[in-house]
Amino acid sequence: MIVSNAVRYPTYVPATVAEALEQKAGVANLLPIAGGTEVMVMFNEGLLAPCPVQSLHRLAPEWGGIREAEGSLVIGALATYTDVRHHPVVRERYPLLVEAARVTGALQIQNRGTLVGNIVNGSPAADTVPALFAYGAQVRLLSTRGERTVAVTDFYTGYRKTVLRADELISEIVIPPPADGARHYYRKVGTRAAQAISKVVVAGVRGRDSVRLAWGSVGPTTLRTPKTEAAIASGADADEAVATLATEMSPLDDIRSTRDYRLAVSQNLLREFLKRTSPGG
Amino acid sequence: MTIRMTINGRDCTTDANPMTPLLDVLRESCRLTGTKYGCGEGECGACTVIMNDELVMSCLVPVMQAEVATIETVEGLARMADDGAEILHPVQQAFLECGGAQCGICTPGMVMAGVHHLRHPELAPDGLAEALEGNLCRCTGYSAIFRAMERAAEAGRPA
Amino acid sequence: MTISADSETKLRYVGRSVTRREGADKLTGRSRYVDDMHVPGALTGRTIRTSIPAGRVRNVRFPDGFPWDEFIVAGPDDLPANEVALITADQPAFVDGIVRHAQEAVLLIAHEDAGLVHEAARAIEIEYERDAGVFGMEQGHVLKQLAIRHGDFEGAFANGDVIFEGEYRTGAQEHVYIETNGFIAWWEGDGVVLHGSHQCPYYVHKAVKHAFALDRDDQVRVTQETTGGGFGGKEEFPSLLAIHSALLSRKAGGRPVRLIYDRAEDMACSTKRHPSLTRIRTACTPEGVFKGVEIDFHIDGGAYVTLSPVVLSRGLLHSGGPYLWPAARMDGYCWFTNSPPYGAFRGFGAPQSEFAIERHLDRLAAKLGICPIELRKRNFLRKGDMLPTSQIVGEEPELERIVERALELSDYRAKQSGYGEGNGRGLGLSVFYHGTGFTGSGEVYLDSVVALEAQADGFVEIQVSSTEIGQGTETVFAQIAAEGLGIDIESIRFRKPETGAVPDSGPTVASRTCSIVGGLVERAARQLREQLAGRDIATASATGPVRAEARYQAPPGLVWNDDTYQGCAYGAYSWGCNVAEVSIDPVTAELRVESMWGIYDIGRVINPVLAIGQVEGGMAQGIGWATCEDVVLKEGAMQNTRVTNYIIPTSADAAELFVEFVEHHNPCGAFGAKGVGEIPLDGPPAAVANAVTFATGKDIAAIPIRPEDLLA
Repeated sequence: MIVSNAVRYPTYVPATVAEALEQKAGVANLLPIAGGTEVMVMFNEGLLAPCPVQSLHRLAPEWGGIREAEGSLVIGALATYTDVRHHPVVRERYPLLVEAARVTGALQIQNRGTLVGNIVNGSPAADTVPALFAYGAQVRLLSTRGERTVAVTDFYTGYRKTVLRADELISEIVIPPPADGARHYYRKVGTRAAQAISKVVVAGVRGRDSVRLAWGSVGPTTLRTPKTEAAIASGADADEAVATLATEMSPLDDIRSTRDYRLAVSQNLLREFLKRTSPGG
Repeated sequence: MTIRMTINGRDCTTDANPMTPLLDVLRESCRLTGTKYGCGEGECGACTVIMNDELVMSCLVPVMQAEVATIETVEGLARMADDGAEILHPVQQAFLECGGAQCGICTPGMVMAGVHHLRHPELAPDGLAEALEGNLCRCTGYSAIFRAMERAAEAGRPA
Repeated sequence: MTISADSETKLRYVGRSVTRREGADKLTGRSRYVDDMHVPGALTGRTIRTSIPAGRVRNVRFPDGFPWDEFIVAGPDDLPANEVALITADQPAFVDGIVRHAQEAVLLIAHEDAGLVHEAARAIEIEYERDAGVFGMEQGHVLKQLAIRHGDFEGAFANGDVIFEGEYRTGAQEHVYIETNGFIAWWEGDGVVLHGSHQCPYYVHKAVKHAFALDRDDQVRVTQETTGGGFGGKEEFPSLLAIHSALLSRKAGGRPVRLIYDRAEDMACSTKRHPSLTRIRTACTPEGVFKGVEIDFHIDGGAYVTLSPVVLSRGLLHSGGPYLWPAARMDGYCWFTNSPPYGAFRGFGAPQSEFAIERHLDRLAAKLGICPIELRKRNFLRKGDMLPTSQIVGEEPELERIVERALELSDYRAKQSGYGEGNGRGLGLSVFYHGTGFTGSGEVYLDSVVALEAQADGFVEIQVSSTEIGQGTETVFAQIAAEGLGIDIESIRFRKPETGAVPDSGPTVASRTCSIVGGLVERAARQLREQLAGRDIATASATGPVRAEARYQAPPGLVWNDDTYQGCAYGAYSWGCNVAEVSIDPVTAELRVESMWGIYDIGRVINPVLAIGQVEGGMAQGIGWATCEDVVLKEGAMQNTRVTNYIIPTSADAAELFVEFVEHHNPCGAFGAKGVGEIPLDGPPAAVANAVTFATGKDIAAIPIRPEDLLA
């Protein structure tokens, strides 16, 4: 029972990246889709305002892969969660991505959905974005005017708002290698064991003298907690770190959970992070 | 647009709006109504089919993305014996014996997920609970489905 | 999964796991559900609904940009009687002046272009005048009130025993049948043909005949297509869709109309389990021997009467649990609110009230310093005991045996000492019972009839209006009929339920199908066997079908007084015990039901695989209701109307379930069967809540149990 009127959504199916960029520059309000796992939900439920839709699926040969370049990991715009979960390099060096992809949707969704889609969708509850924040990922934006690279932490400007310009497409994600010996921590707290939207999600990487922590579902965007990171890096104990966290996070009540729960769980998660990633541990 | 697909081993050419979900094309244009609508948001799994050897929610695949795809639906699983009798796929047979199907509406999607899992167990390292987590069943509590899948895996194992 | 039954070698089909008869069709995709029907030329219909809970519709605007003259538009003025006939006919099929909840139909539209219908439906604007609504119980008006009085109540509370009280709440629950509601209707001459997804063909028949003021029964033909789950949600609710689809079709000159809900619409407007509030006050000796109980049982009925009075009745009748109460004062109140009407949901009030009493007993045991299992054992019902309605327990429930088996299987005693707040694990137990069939004189009023017909092609056809909705009706009836007839089960056929073509064997509800309707099938089979007199079926029916009918007769002594609420409420009771084992995550307070054990006496187990399927599925629904299933209400209406935000368990959440049966046969049920469909919902919530209290020390008094509450 699909409750949209398909004729209101003219489609574009570019065969090359150049064609895709020209369409993006030339067609107003063009909505790109990769696997369609977000947009089709809106479409099916009648919640997608009529607009032209650009399906990128024919670009898979160029944008579908995961590769290494100059020591970094490069994830193409059409690489799926499944691709990420089972890629040997990702499995070896980026365990947070493997875990984040595993807890996103079910297998059917993981086979179609993409990490770039997860980024562009802009949901503060996205499960892979905190992992990308923690790894210091960059996104490469293409348009007919050229190319630019933006840190994923600078990508969001507000609730479901990004720096992506109307004529731009994300072509790939570039992730630098985590420091040798860094410890990785990821945990999603959802509404049930699988196929859940997160109430709190956290990804953290702790190196010898650096900490990166990123949180989802506790603010208008995925967010880092720099004061907490700094406190931990300068040797604060768990109680101090937890107190600091409360000063830079103000989650909300919503249909899935409460502000109090989110804050309390975030603090518990931080304690668990500290324990699990403790250099002596 | 004209869409060419191979569905259950047969070539199929159909004309459809590119945004129409594969689910609707299967059900309405191809009259393969075994694949079910349950939620339209890729959550319940009743519309699960195998597309190019991957498990997908057919309600979330705009049919333009299924061009030249190979699609397997529940209608393609059973075979016919020489005497005309129906031979169910081992997963179907095990569901029948173990009570894995009750009201039957989640069953086609669940069976497709089960069939795919037996082909590619490596894609669900946590096992059955993970392999079937995209398919909601409201009748069984999943226990009988797990028993059926275990039996099907036994049946498929070389003696 | 073993069946501890008295061995009966004489039976050929009953007691055996005969394969589900329509199973292969379901497994291959051949089964036809209503949305699978290919009906050329059908229009697509859609309902335009209110968006405020109380007030008046001032104006409906059809904005420019749509070819409105091409649409079929129907509303209350097109219907001879704007009423959905059920217990009463207070619910209109369309808003009739006053808006009483936020999901009422204002009008219907239809068009051959489905996409256009949905787009147009969203564009229609309704202007209102708003009133304040009533949301929640104990405000506004009482829809129904019931009282049970038993024994020397004043005396029980007067003599210095331990008095203990508590208040317990349960939330609404959405059925989430995976097939949404749907009907396809068209008119042939002066009659209407309806195909749909529903549990009770004759309920639909009655409602449609009434709404269109039709004279003859044969002017309404209702067929049940394969139905993708009901759980009570397709008991009374589908009548409304049937009226709507029939009306659109009539306005379209009889052309077929499809009215199939999408998931969000279905979840928003359809019935749910009644939310409840129960206050319990008990009097007992310091040793825990019960003296008396006072129970106030409240449910939220929503905006119309629908089935709420009988839900209240069953809830109240079960509210004391399977215990001997020498004195009782039980009061039930159902409240009108501005919510969409709450309705039938598997268990029908009993899961709500039995949660309350079973949670209360664990709390009472803690106060008394007695083991909660021991407290229960001291007060279990036994043969010859009197229930608060004066009914004498006519069989030995053997609750101790049932409980001991549950403790043994779950290894309760060995685990008990290691569990608790230290490790976040807990065990909880509940004991419960459930009356088979309609309450009191309900079965007499239903006057159910079944028919078996030997036909010339060598088959015996079962003709009933009892529907297959996943529970296995076709299969168990075939087993019962084949057994009674003494013929091969392959020679039994099940007639697709269609009003007019099958007799009215009553609704498919109230744990009555296998036991009560099955009992009629057994009687008809024995009768037909005599009529056939040893001849083979084809020979005997060569000159015309040989038919046997059986009509319900109340068992001797089953007398009920609706005015005093005294007498035999049910002809038979099923009994059971659950043990839940839970774990609570120390970091996130996430609750997981690791395992649940269930021991049940459902009388004769006609088909073990199917019975286990019923019980396991019900346990899972009960666990969901106790844990993750949270209907978020705003001004009475459900806000989380998607399966992404109304959370039911997935395979990754599933508890490990262990089920066993003990059999005490019911002389009035099919081959000794008692009710099975609903009792699985009665026990899990309290077992889980008791286990959570064990694991956390938190005094749980309400479900669902949210991690948000556990961490607070």
